[in-house]
Amino acid sequence: MGDKQGRTAGHRTVSYAKYGYLFILPFFIAFAVFQLIPLCSTIYYSFFEYYRSGLKVIGPSFVGLDNYKTLFTTDLGKYMGNTLIMWIIGFVPQIVVSLLLAAWFTDVRLRIKGKQFFKVVIYMPNLIMASAFAMLFFALFSDNGPVNSVLMAMGLRSEPFRFLSSVWGSRGLVGLMNFLMWFGNTTILLMAAVMGISPSLFEAAEIDGAGPVQIFFRVTLPLIRPILVYVLITSMIGGLQMFDVPQILTNGEGSPSRTTMTMIMYLNKHLFSKNYGMAGAVSVVLFILCAVLCVVIYFALNSDNTGRQTRRHARKRGAVK
Amino acid sequence: MRNQEAKPSYARTVIAYIILIILAFLCLFFFYILIVNATRNHFEIQKGFSALPGTSLVRNFENVMNDANIPVQSGLVNSLIVSGMSALLATYFSCLTSYGLYAYDFKLKKPAFVFILLIMAMPTQVSALGFLRLVDRMHMLDTLPPLFLPSIAAPAVFYFMHSYMQSNLPMELIEAARIDGSGEFRTFNRIVIPLMKPAIAVQAIFSFVSSWNNYFMPALVISSNNKKTLPILIAALRSADFLKFDMGKVYMLITIAIVPIIIVYILLSKYIVAGVTLGGVKE
Repeated sequence: MGDKQGRTAGHRTVSYAKYGYLFILPFFIAFAVFQLIPLCSTIYYSFFEYYRSGLKVIGPSFVGLDNYKTLFTTDLGKYMGNTLIMWIIGFVPQIVVSLLLAAWFTDVRLRIKGKQFFKVVIYMPNLIMASAFAMLFFALFSDNGPVNSVLMAMGLRSEPFRFLSSVWGSRGLVGLMNFLMWFGNTTILLMAAVMGISPSLFEAAEIDGAGPVQIFFRVTLPLIRPILVYVLITSMIGGLQMFDVPQILTNGEGSPSRTTMTMIMYLNKHLFSKNYGMAGAVSVVLFILCAVLCVVIYFALNSDNTGRQTRRHARKRGAVK
Repeated sequence: MRNQEAKPSYARTVIAYIILIILAFLCLFFFYILIVNATRNHFEIQKGFSALPGTSLVRNFENVMNDANIPVQSGLVNSLIVSGMSALLATYFSCLTSYGLYAYDFKLKKPAFVFILLIMAMPTQVSALGFLRLVDRMHMLDTLPPLFLPSIAAPAVFYFMHSYMQSNLPMELIEAARIDGSGEFRTFNRIVIPLMKPAIAVQAIFSFVSSWNNYFMPALVISSNNKKTLPILIAALRSADFLKFDMGKVYMLITIAIVPIIIVYILLSKYIVAGVTLGGVKE
């Protein structure tokens, strides 16, 4: 499309070029001021010993890679592991349920009624304030909260189950909240992807005698792979950012014994105690991880372009029918 | 053959409904308890769970609103200012940026676009340290502007606008405006912005909500009580001696923080759910 316009309006676009720069300038200024320069100074501080001890400020003095050495020899591995485990607890059910729902919602033969209602309901938790949601879960799952009183009233337990004192209880709660907050979003994305597949492919598979399970694994799954990659990677980046839920649920302690402490909670701790050197080193590690994932997203989006066009055509055809 | 297939479909439909209902129940149940508990007083809540609402809704509300330790009223106002400004800045400047990259040809057009796509998923937390130092040096710590000014550069909103523009903004219209003697900025404000309204509405909602819910940055930037936003107040509930609190008040404050969003969501759910996929990013 760009080519065509370039040819017909070529002589004009030259004189308008400065407006292009002018229009995109605010974005890049804001990006430079609020993200790029801060990122550079973050990297810079990561090579310095610079913290507060009581009222005294130590540093800044250059220490090379010492902060990174401290980071990797102490707790970073543990917090990375925690983050990964809690992400997996949430993501695995999220992707399974979302795929299942997307397949059901788009299956013409199931004819599920109230699709719109279900979509609205399952997407709702995504818009809820994560900190309020975590606070709610904290109140509900506390030792004498409603969940325990229901469990005891039903005779399932004789004494309260102390969710927040057990490692897998609290990790499980964080995972459950992440699942509830994100499966609706993922379902809607995957549904759009499935609906973009040309109906003739499903028809052909059906005529060839494929059952719903076969169609799902042989037709649907391979065709929505770019979106699956996109969902996986954005979810990983979201997982790396995990903060609000475990922070509020455990009051920033990552209790019990720091088994729910995530990378960002650790960063937050250093930022609050004004240990800039260590905070910088944690940030740089996070930055490198995210940068790799961002590049993957870029390619996922770009390889998707051709697929998206064919899908758009298919959708138009569907609308005509 | 048709009969053979009708049967398994029927069984599958039943299973699908059961699972859907369980999931919908999970999504709604917690909010139901929240609302019910917000209507009960502390002692009723402590006595145990009940599915029936109590009668203390108004009293809990008044208690929260008049609590000197929890500045809810200023919290609501601050949250509204920050979220409203974020939504405004993010949508207007994303439109501007995407229009710049859509309507004009210039040397750095392609690199600029690739760059924005590359940084699209980069979390702001990675530069939080430098950001805080910068805000400190600008003497803007403990003020609201650092919470919404960065929204001018919102790559995900940009990408949405850009995709929307490509399918909904014909260049012929711009050409026609130029022939009529309309200046470039005037064309943008008077012709492009009105045409982008559906996209702006959807993205304004998403930007508003994500800013409304944001806890990480505000908690680091804001320190004085009367500047705090709602998420910080919620977090403060958790960190003080939780058991000493009036539980009716706790549930009421959570309700105040999330119910406005739920009401707006229910009213606009059709557009919001459609907007999730309409966005090029997520499609």
